[in-house]
Formats: sequence, C-alpha cells, structure tokens
Amino acid sequence: MASNREAQNPVDLDDLYRDVILDHYRSPRNRGVRDDATVSAEGFNPSCGDEIQLSVAIVDGTLNGLGFGGSGCSISQSSASMMTEALSGRTLDSAREMSKHVQQMLTDDTFDLDSVDLGDLEALSGVARFPVRIKCGLLAWKVLDQALANASGEAVNDDSDIPTRVTSG
Amino acid sequence: MTAMTKETPLDTVAIRAQFPILSREVHGRPLVYLDNAATTQKPQSVIDALANYYSTMNANIHRGLHTLAEEATAAYEDVRKQVAEFIRASSHREVVFTRNTTESLNLLAYTLGARLRPGDEIVLTSAEHHSNLVPWQLVAQRTGAVLRFIELNDDQQIDVDTARAAINANTRIVSIVHMSNVLGSIAPVAEISEMARSVGATMIVDAAQSAPHLPIDVAELGVDYLAFSAHKMLGPTGVGVLWGRQELLADLDPFLGGGEMISVVTREESSWAALPHKFEAGTPNIADVVAFGAAIEFLNDVGMDAIAAHDADLTGYAVEQLSRLEGLDIYGPSDPAERSAVVAFNYRDIHSHDVATILDRSGIAVRAGHHCAQPLMRTLGVPATARASFYLYNERSEVDALVDGLLEAGERFGFERGA
Repeated sequence: MASNREAQNPVDLDDLYRDVILDHYRSPRNRGVRDDATVSAEGFNPSCGDEIQLSVAIVDGTLNGLGFGGSGCSISQSSASMMTEALSGRTLDSAREMSKHVQQMLTDDTFDLDSVDLGDLEALSGVARFPVRIKCGLLAWKVLDQALANASGEAVNDDSDIPTRVTSG
Repeated sequence: MTAMTKETPLDTVAIRAQFPILSREVHGRPLVYLDNAATTQKPQSVIDALANYYSTMNANIHRGLHTLAEEATAAYEDVRKQVAEFIRASSHREVVFTRNTTESLNLLAYTLGARLRPGDEIVLTSAEHHSNLVPWQLVAQRTGAVLRFIELNDDQQIDVDTARAAINANTRIVSIVHMSNVLGSIAPVAEISEMARSVGATMIVDAAQSAPHLPIDVAELGVDYLAFSAHKMLGPTGVGVLWGRQELLADLDPFLGGGEMISVVTREESSWAALPHKFEAGTPNIADVVAFGAAIEFLNDVGMDAIAAHDADLTGYAVEQLSRLEGLDIYGPSDPAERSAVVAFNYRDIHSHDVATILDRSGIAVRAGHHCAQPLMRTLGVPATARASFYLYNERSEVDALVDGLLEAGERFGFERGA
C-alpha cells in the first residue's frame, strides 16, 4: 500500500520544491520565441491545462538556442526553463540523450543520479515521488522530443497522454 | 439545536461520526476533505446498503420470477420513488436512472437534438461544465443549430438580464447550470424557465451541484428536465438521474436500445416499454441505485433546508476568512446569498497545482485546474484555479486549516507569513 511505502520512505515537500525550481519559476530563462528558430512545437496537459510552446534554432546539427512560452505550475515552467539552458550548444544527439535521461529521472524514483550529469535539472528528481506531478515535469521534454523529431523528419513514438503539435520554422 | 450546533445549523460532530473515511489521516494529518464538488464521501449507511444488497438480494431486476429478483426489483424501484419525492416530482415514472449527469444530458442532447434544424438556437451559459457544453456542440455540428451563451454579469453571476439577451424567438432549447461548480453561483432558474416557456423553448437544468446543496422542487423551478448525480450527494458513483415532465419524456425517442427498454420486438422493429423503462436499456446499476436510496434517506434525515443553511454559512465563512489573505483572489458572486458550497480562488502567483500539492501534504484535499470548465476559465482570464468545496460534514475549523495551509504554501514560495 502507498501509505506503507511512504512510512518507510517519507516524501517531503522539500523534495519537490527545491530552491532551484522556485528560482526558475520566478525568473524563467529564455522566455519568448526565438527569431532564428528553425523548428517549434507546442504541447499541453489536457487534464490540468499546463502548456509549453518551444522554439529551437538548430544549425548544422547543433541547438544554438531555445526559447519557451506558455503557462502552468512551478514544475512545468521550471522544467522548461532549465531545459532551455541545459540544451543550448548541445548537438542533436546529445540533446536527445539528455532528454532520455531527464525523462527517466522524472518517472523513476530509483533513477541513479550519479550515472549522469544533469546539472541543475537534478533538482527535478523529487518529481518522481509525486506521481500526479510527473506529467508537469515531462511536458517540456515531450514537446522537445516532437521538435527534434520534426527537425530530423522522424516520427516520435510517444505513449504519454500529453498531446503535442509541431510547426516548422 | 444542541450546544454542539452553535457554529452552523448542523451537528457536524454527530454527522462526521457516520463517515468512516473522515477519521483517516493523510500524510500523518487528519483528512480535511474540501473536494465535495468533485465527489462527496459516503456514510456508513450507504456503504452498508451496497454490501447488504450483494449479500442478501442480488439478482437481475424486472424479468426474474424468483424471490431474489422480486426483492431486488422492489428495492430498485423504491429508490425511484424516493428520488421523485426528493425533487417533488409528480410521478416516479418521471425519474430515469442513468450513469451520471453527463449521460442524462447526453440523452437529452441526442433525443431533443434530432428535432433541431439549421438556425435553431440552443442557449447555454458561459459557466457550463463541459458535460453541458460538449453534447450540445455535437448536436450543433450535426444539425446546423447555433449555440448561444448567457454571459456572466459584472458580479460573475448569470442574471435575468444576461439571460434575456440570449433567449429569443429562435431559441429551441435552454440548458443551464443551476449552481456553478467553479463560481458557486446560483442561477435564477425559475425566471429563466419562464423566459424559455414564453418563446416555446425546452428548459433543461444541470443540477449536479445544486441537488446536493439546495432543496429542489421541479415544479417550483418550472423546468422541463433536470439532471444530477448520486455520487455528489453521498451516494455511490455510477448513478445519475434524469427527471423529465412525463408528457415530454413520453414523446421522446429512446436514447439507447436493448433489453429492458422494449415492449414487443420483431426482426424488423420494436415498440418501447412504458416510462421510465424506455430509457433504461440493459441491466442497470442496481446495487448503486439501491445504495443511493440510503443516501437520500440520510439527506432527508438531516434535512435539505438545514444542509442548505449549513453550506451557505460555511461558504460565507470561507469567503470571509480567505479574503483576509493578501494576494488572494476569489471568483464568483460577491453577494453571499447568491452562492454556496464552492469557493474557487488563486493565491498570489502560486499556481493552483502547487497550492493543491502543498495543501495535500497537510491532509487538505482541494481541487486545482480548469474544473472541466475551460471556456469559463477563459472568461475569468485565468488558466486555472484552486477550489475548496463544502458539504454537510465540513466545519469552520477545516476552513481555518485551509487558511493555515495557504499561508504555508506562501512561505514555501518565499512570501512572509502574516495574513
């Protein structure tokens, strides 16, 4: 039972609301649409209304910069803000790799943080212990996956319940 | 009234003792359940009625010739009579059991919608739950009928003037929410019914939020159809009610076809069973309907007038206490007489999901999000709200706990405590 599990492994609000998260919520980085975007995508959580619009400038296989817009809770918005910082300057492959790891971290509370370097994004590791908030943390990354897939003309195999839509340029 | 009832007209201590779930803890704190507009908790008598049905009389109804079938049929049909009495219907034949309010409204949209022509107008309000919006959108797409909306007035209320602006000679159907699940506002249904009648339109009321909190008299409201759900009024999930005036229901085509709803069936065609069975195709949710009877009995024992007074009192107290918090916005009518049971709000710049998560850690259950009313959220100009909603077992101390929890949420987001 969930209550037994919690007794052995108490979940504290401090695990969720880290200072880094509140900082990005209050002072989001890279807010807005990039003029030089080569691909953009948007997505929302129909059950709660969180939404993210993402624009990415990709040149020669490298993410030169990302901008985001939208509205929602501290988890969804800080996740997007941290993502735009963490991915800027990375190659497509590296960005995909990071997206995979962050999504693993967000959904699996046994994820080994020592196995990868996620920087500030590690602040989101507590989300996995708040099952109803996982989709908030995932939203930006699902939108990113769509945008990157569109950039390379692939289809995304997504079994999440987050509807996303991609537009070019 | 006893000494214990000084807060509100109800003896909440005695009432709470009958709801087993209210004695549980959540995250090590006593449960403060303020999500009653989503669903209410169940008293022991309802839980027992459900178990008792399966333990002693389970059978399929209306067709069996054995004792169990007879008992189960009687128990099921007795609840129909209870429901009829509860809403002051003139006959139990006017009470149709469905799965929920949504299905009741879909039944009406499907059957009444088939009669609409391009240019006919369906009037809703801008405060509808999706359950009284989406079915009519489907009808409009199918028939070419046009949706019109009664707007909120400056006090976030549906009033007679805003209704008059939307209802005209082309109006065929008026379907409105009685009590908003977001604003708590109580619409002037009787006056709007009168307007609908004067243009020959059918008048439908979504009473999902009002039936639990206000005494309902369908004749007094002057409506043609009324829909509500058992689970928002102490009953089990899976039971809805559609009430309709007998001559109107008799004139409607069936919604779902199958067993139970027929009279004579040949290979080519069928004739329909009498009311209300024409609208109850297939084996219904017998056990939950039977348990709903225990819920109505509970409400009758406490008294709907007393419940209405209690809920209004608590809502007024909540509005008053929450209003003291700096940076707290409350939605809905400012006149306490025009609202009940529901207080939607936003606190500072903290998103309602974060508010709900933080309150949950203190054992306080509230709803956060768009409340299945996305167009209303757009009208209010907010992406989402938090919502506290009350019922007969809630106490003022739980409102105080909510205020405390909000202050804690504020602190976590960097605001100084101090209302």
